[in-house]
Amino acid sequence: MEHIPILKIGDCLLVSIQVDMHDRLAIALQNNLTEKIVITKARGVLIDISALEIVDSFIGRTLNNIASMANVLDAITVVVGMRPAVAITLVELGLNLPGVRTALDVDKGLVLIRNSIDDELGEIDAGELN
Amino acid sequence: MIVEADDVLPVRSTEDVVRVRQEVRSRTAAVGFSLVDQTKLITAASEIARNTVIYGGGGTLRLQILQNTTRRGVRLIFEDKGPGIPDIERALTDGYTSGSGLGLGLGGARRLSNEFDIASKPGEGTTITLARWKR
Ligand SMILES: Nc1ncnc2c1ncn2[C@@H]1O[C@H](COP(=O)(O)OP(=O)(O)OP(=O)(O)O)[C@@H](O)[C@H]1O
Ligand SMILES: [Mg+2]
Repeated sequence: MEHIPILKIGDCLLVSIQVDMHDRLAIALQNNLTEKIVITKARGVLIDISALEIVDSFIGRTLNNIASMANVLDAITVVVGMRPAVAITLVELGLNLPGVRTALDVDKGLVLIRNSIDDELGEIDAGELN
Repeated sequence: MIVEADDVLPVRSTEDVVRVRQEVRSRTAAVGFSLVDQTKLITAASEIARNTVIYGGGGTLRLQILQNTTRRGVRLIFEDKGPGIPDIERALTDGYTSGSGLGLGLGGARRLSNEFDIASKPGEGTTITLARWKR
């Protein structure tokens, strides 16, 4: 079976979805990512969907699930590169991605993850001062 | 109305759902749909194809290219011989699912199509027809 590679960059995991995923492949990605977050103690997950021609309710739900699993494991999820036609269609489909943050591209996504990790560190430091 | 092309595809597995998306992509592109209109019909087709596999126990898709005097379009007819949908209005309601979905597929597919019809009899199966016209 095909398989979607997960790359580690510092404390982030990067996934670039390059194939039209059938449902089992999407579930496998969700499981593999969760496992990898635990093993690597990653703080951020970046999912590049710029090659995806559609996001339907199943793929949307998978992205939501990944984000909530990651959240439980103290990692933030950013989806990057959603095509405009996909974004327009998602709205009409009625699908919300509540736990998923989005950014235009991989660079901006990494900055978003970096900033939110640093913000959290800042809050902990401030807390310790009091 | 002239039906320019009329093909039948199996819709039995999640791999078939991917193939349905690819075929709808190539037909809508051939008819000259904009990228947004292609994406809308492909997404609607993906929803209904998955329902056909999961709830209908598998079935078929008839894919037609339509031409009338003023416009061209693509029609998709999904047919299964599964349990049928007992309450169509309820099934169309956003958020209603009898399984583990979000309950968005049917309502969403209806919004993403220009024409949408469900014919279903308990115990006999379900036929869902979607069409979208080139703008
Ligand atoms: N072909 C079918 N045969 C029998 N029942 C169906 C069929 N298609 C849909 N249904 C019924 O209609 C309900 C609503 O379908 P819909 O696609 O809107 O939601 P879902 O598939 O449950 O979730 P989602 O599509 O958001 O993942 C289904 O839960 C199922 O009970
Ligand atoms: Mg569905």
